[in-house]
Amino acid sequence: MAGTTVFGLKADAAPLAHTRAQLRRRERRIVLGLLGALVIVGAFSLAIGAYSLSVPDLLRTLTGQGTQSENFIVLSLRLPRLTLAVLVGVAFAISGALFQTVLRNPLASPDIIGVTGGASAAAVFGMLILGFGAVATSLAAFAGAIIVACAIYLLAWRGGVVGYRFVLIGVGVAFMVQGLLGYLLSRADLNDAQGALLWLVGSVSGARWQDISVVAVVLLVLLPIIRLLSGRLRALQLGDDLATSLGVGAERTRLVLLVIAVALAATATAAVGPLAFVAFVAAPIARRIVGSGGLALISAALIGALITTAADFAAQHLLPGQLELPAGIITGAIGAPYLLWLLATSNTTGKGA
Amino acid sequence: MTQLLRAEGVSLGYDQTRIIDNLDLEVVPGAITVIVGANASGKSTLLKGLARLLKPDAGQVTLNGRNIAALPGKKVATVVGLLPQQPVAPDGITVADLVGRGRYPHQGWFRQWSSTDGETVAAAMAATNTDQLASRRLEDLSGGQRQRVWIAMALAQDPEILLLDEPTTFLDVTHQIEVLDLLLERNRERGTTVVMVLHDLNLAARYADHLVVMRAGRIVANGAPAETLTAEIVREAFDLEALIRPDPVCGSPMVVPIGRFHGRAPASGSDSAVPSAAPAAPPTAVPEAAPESRQIERV
Repeated sequence: MAGTTVFGLKADAAPLAHTRAQLRRRERRIVLGLLGALVIVGAFSLAIGAYSLSVPDLLRTLTGQGTQSENFIVLSLRLPRLTLAVLVGVAFAISGALFQTVLRNPLASPDIIGVTGGASAAAVFGMLILGFGAVATSLAAFAGAIIVACAIYLLAWRGGVVGYRFVLIGVGVAFMVQGLLGYLLSRADLNDAQGALLWLVGSVSGARWQDISVVAVVLLVLLPIIRLLSGRLRALQLGDDLATSLGVGAERTRLVLLVIAVALAATATAAVGPLAFVAFVAAPIARRIVGSGGLALISAALIGALITTAADFAAQHLLPGQLELPAGIITGAIGAPYLLWLLATSNTTGKGA
Repeated sequence: MTQLLRAEGVSLGYDQTRIIDNLDLEVVPGAITVIVGANASGKSTLLKGLARLLKPDAGQVTLNGRNIAALPGKKVATVVGLLPQQPVAPDGITVADLVGRGRYPHQGWFRQWSSTDGETVAAAMAATNTDQLASRRLEDLSGGQRQRVWIAMALAQDPEILLLDEPTTFLDVTHQIEVLDLLLERNRERGTTVVMVLHDLNLAARYADHLVVMRAGRIVANGAPAETLTAEIVREAFDLEALIRPDPVCGSPMVVPIGRFHGRAPASGSDSAVPSAAPAAPPTAVPEAAPESRQIERV
């Protein structure tokens, strides 16, 4: 037998370390670029409006030295809105990224498989039938997302959960939820239905600090946990067999990550309604930009935040005059073509996220 | 420390179908064990059972006497590694990233990447001749390169017992030999125990120290290739009439299938492994088929 390589020879680790460092640097550059873009969009949405501020004025106001009216407009009206947009953008994006990675399917995102739909149905049910106020509606939305997610998981369970079965059942559940929503809206009083519809599109206007703090706390708790689980998530990307072989309990890890993903989607939906497609598009766009096959969770989070803030900015200023769109219409307008493009191209490669 | 992996009376299957019933096997430490058998004989199922990817319905797989299912997954992963037949990877993954993921069982909750990880990965890539591919994407590589990358990942895991499910499928003969040489080298120089499923009986006989021949979920023969790869056992396991000749390269038994149309084997008195009945009376011998009629019959 002919020997091939000289094994046992101590290999030089330096070139490999160099390659790994290069990959890391590239991702860091992308993250910095995205952060920069987010700061710019954020500054725009704080400064521009019916009353516009110059950059020095904005900086002065942000450091607490603005006039009374500046303080009110920037700190009380625009900053909460921007903060909520950033936070729910991050929450939706990470939720979608986890769903897509864990279930290995680019269609597996909370808005496609009916998790946010469940939240909507429960919220609308609360608003129209039970006469819930804002806080109770949020709680109902959260509960709805959890219930739908549990139902999908149990229906998909057959000695383990396989991605495509989960997605197919989720899509079916999403349709059922849509039917329920249609029924609720058609039976409702026109004025009430108007209010419910506004909620259903999803909007960050009218952001209250208590909503913001709830989303912030959930992110503060869950993001570090995701960071700790990222090694398992990377192993899970290689399939259940290899993950198990590497010592990762595939089924259990998948369940834990799905619970986290559902909690993120439920929290964000409870706060702002189902902002269409943010969860669905953020992670795939991030992976495409980073392009290394890694998790790219930080980039995904930033892209989610960028989409929601930019969409909200566009929604406020796209139409002339004082007319204002809910941000969900803009995100839907971005997301729907992306969905078509994905359906048209994804099966040529045959693989998911 | 010698790691002892054993299947003790294991029954394995999927859902309601039982593939393997009450099977015992002791993996010989430091040796290359090759599992062969016809399709659906339970080779891959056995491998999955040994790697705890399948929970036994009965019996247990033990590592040094302790039930592998009860041991912490990460701890087992530092000793036993498995390369599945068709592993999946995320789109766009680079070779360096993929091979590095093999280090997962050696990493803690907080310590993510150490210099040992770097050195082990570099050594694994050098051994598999994939170090030049580090920054390439997996999907841009050829089949042979890709398989070497996957093996590099398995080597980076640095298990003392390495299980491989048909590591040579989809490879041309050159790359098959390359992969098997690589595993042999690893075995001889590092003492890594190798257990793999192979389809090619001749390559199996050449590379195996121990051959496990399976049929219908049972072990038909288990031992050195010279003892296990006899015409009787080939007939029993594969329903195939064959001549056994010494491999001219290294003397291991070589299986020469007879088939229905090529029944006339040249007489050979020297090979004791050849049963006298096999060449003379193939089960459905076609007498003196002319080349033309042979082609017609094949169509």
